[in-house]
Amino acid sequence: MEAAPLVIDVTGINKHFGDKHVVKDLALQVRQGEIFGFLGPNGSGKTTSIRMLCGLLTPDSGQGTCLGLDVLTESAAIKRQVGYMTQKFSLWDDLTIAENLDFVARMFGMDNRRAAVDQALEELGLTGRRHQLAGTLSGGWKQRLALASCLLHRPRLLLLDEPTAGVDPKARRDFWEEIHHLSAAGITVLVSTHYMDEAERCHRLAYIAYGNLLASGTADEVVAGQGLHTWEISGDGHNHLGPLAERLRQLPGVDLVASFGAALHVSGRDGPLLQASLEAKLRDNKVKITAVPASLEDAFIHLMQHSDDPLGN
Amino acid sequence: MARPFFPKTFSLSRWLGILIKEFIQLKRDRLTFGMIVGIPIIQLLLFGFAINSDPKHLPTAVVMADPGPFARAYVAAMQNSDYFRIVGSVDEKEASDLLDRSQVQFVVTFPPGFHRDLVRGKAPTLLVEADATDPMAAGGAISVLNKLGMEVFAPDLPGLEKPVAPPVELRVHRRYNAEGLTSYNVVPGLLGVILTMTMVLMTGLAMTRERERGTFENLLATPATPLEVMTGKIVPYILIGLIQVTLILLAARFIFDVPMHGSLILLYAVVLLFICANLTLGITFSSIARNQLQAMQMTFFFFLPSMLLSGFMFPFRGMPEWAQVVGNVLPLTHFLILVRGILLKGNGLDMLWPQVWPILAFMAAVLALGLKTFRRTLD
Repeated sequence: MEAAPLVIDVTGINKHFGDKHVVKDLALQVRQGEIFGFLGPNGSGKTTSIRMLCGLLTPDSGQGTCLGLDVLTESAAIKRQVGYMTQKFSLWDDLTIAENLDFVARMFGMDNRRAAVDQALEELGLTGRRHQLAGTLSGGWKQRLALASCLLHRPRLLLLDEPTAGVDPKARRDFWEEIHHLSAAGITVLVSTHYMDEAERCHRLAYIAYGNLLASGTADEVVAGQGLHTWEISGDGHNHLGPLAERLRQLPGVDLVASFGAALHVSGRDGPLLQASLEAKLRDNKVKITAVPASLEDAFIHLMQHSDDPLGN
Repeated sequence: MARPFFPKTFSLSRWLGILIKEFIQLKRDRLTFGMIVGIPIIQLLLFGFAINSDPKHLPTAVVMADPGPFARAYVAAMQNSDYFRIVGSVDEKEASDLLDRSQVQFVVTFPPGFHRDLVRGKAPTLLVEADATDPMAAGGAISVLNKLGMEVFAPDLPGLEKPVAPPVELRVHRRYNAEGLTSYNVVPGLLGVILTMTMVLMTGLAMTRERERGTFENLLATPATPLEVMTGKIVPYILIGLIQVTLILLAARFIFDVPMHGSLILLYAVVLLFICANLTLGITFSSIARNQLQAMQMTFFFFLPSMLLSGFMFPFRGMPEWAQVVGNVLPLTHFLILVRGILLKGNGLDMLWPQVWPILAFMAAVLALGLKTFRRTLD
């Protein structure tokens, strides 16, 4: 992986909408064949960043390359080699499945258009439904069709903006199988998501909040980078830990309390302080305290809570 | 359960909250707000002041074959009647030309020997040629001419103190539309109105629909250039426009018996120009409007004055000066003169330029605005 060339290599990318600074000094390096997860809260600038990478938006400042082409000046050439899947289904509802694919193929000026469309329909298993209007497809099928339409022109880079929002778990699993399959074939994938299980499927991650890139690396590196100590508190399964969670939040050293079924995850950066607080508080309660490794979700929630105040950590 | 439709749970404060929210949303949507206020005001202005089916100050040329004092008195009386604005004295050929070019509404010809015949009580013929492509415009003025003869000449002709016959014979030629058929005026006019409506609206909606549904983003993500997208979206509407025109012309010919004196090729060339002007406007609207509703509202905002101030519904010359100025900006005003000129008067290419350049100017101005506001990317 280390030897693979950089497909995306940008630094200092900035974007303003009016007086809102949507993306601040974004630096991103993605290697060929990598599945790169792009995470962050809603409105954090993920979509804007992706749009800048595929030439839909022009950065206000910054430099870098995408597929070896300048992101500021060569967006037209970049578009030809990038497959971009929008957050919202953006194929034409009032065209049939085949018409949509055919239109996209035409837009990319493909020579072997008919063959490519037929093959895509075949792979999708939609040959029999090719004359069905795209608008009448279910969420999962729309997502598969959208992916097929971005792959039609054999892009070298896939940009997927929350591709699995509103899709059932089975379809999501199939979707990720496909992504890994593409990655193995050398296609680079940048995918934004809110799902932790999806984040863990990525080779590397970046966390962006309110325009700032706060963390990046492999899942383990991101978790380790937060320096969180996590304890799991579990009762006997009958008493509610809800009221306890409220009280634990007030304790010194507690940064984060999250419920996981019958258990609570309590995390904090200051390990000894957290442990002391918990032991003092829970001495009389009939609960079990175990040290557990911090999860990716703990790390992200922690990042999210501190991201609106970058000087807070 | 006395009043099931007005349950006690109706909360006035909740209702007020909804009301206020609606007003706030309305206030935020500047365009809708503008329309709500603008449309009634415009309608009031148009219906209240601009529309006049008894137009006055109609441009009139005089052909003076016998410039005697009676003729001068008659011309002066015409001027005083307010119905006529004398633009000058010309010869017959010039007069006919002025009518063809729609620069005058009337030509009044005083025949040779007018003075002599009048004094002898021989009732000379006064020839009035009216541009009757819009029959409504000429009606009032012609009826005034009839009365004028009596008023002007009676006091100066002692033998006619109690006239039994009018001192002059008035012969009215309704040029281009001898029977004064309104359909001659309305059907060619409809050509312009329908094209304005569909061309502006269709293109306006076609672009905003993409933006509204999010499919525009997909389109922009492909290598397609803005010019390709624009023109690719326009061309189908040009075809639609030409089909509409053909249908209307067929109806004009075979249902309304509208004469077609001019060149059909010329007519289609003019139609194409007009379609392009309207499509340019539609595209510009679509780049300003944020959704389909706004595009629709803008279309109507343009459509209303086009209908009322272009001379389609009401005689153009009946409108006050300011309304004519507004009307002259609209492509439909010039298109109507072009179409009526070609169909009814058989105008040739050389006579069209005065109406063609305002349409071109309109197009250029709108295009400049459109290019300035067109969003090449999603910024």
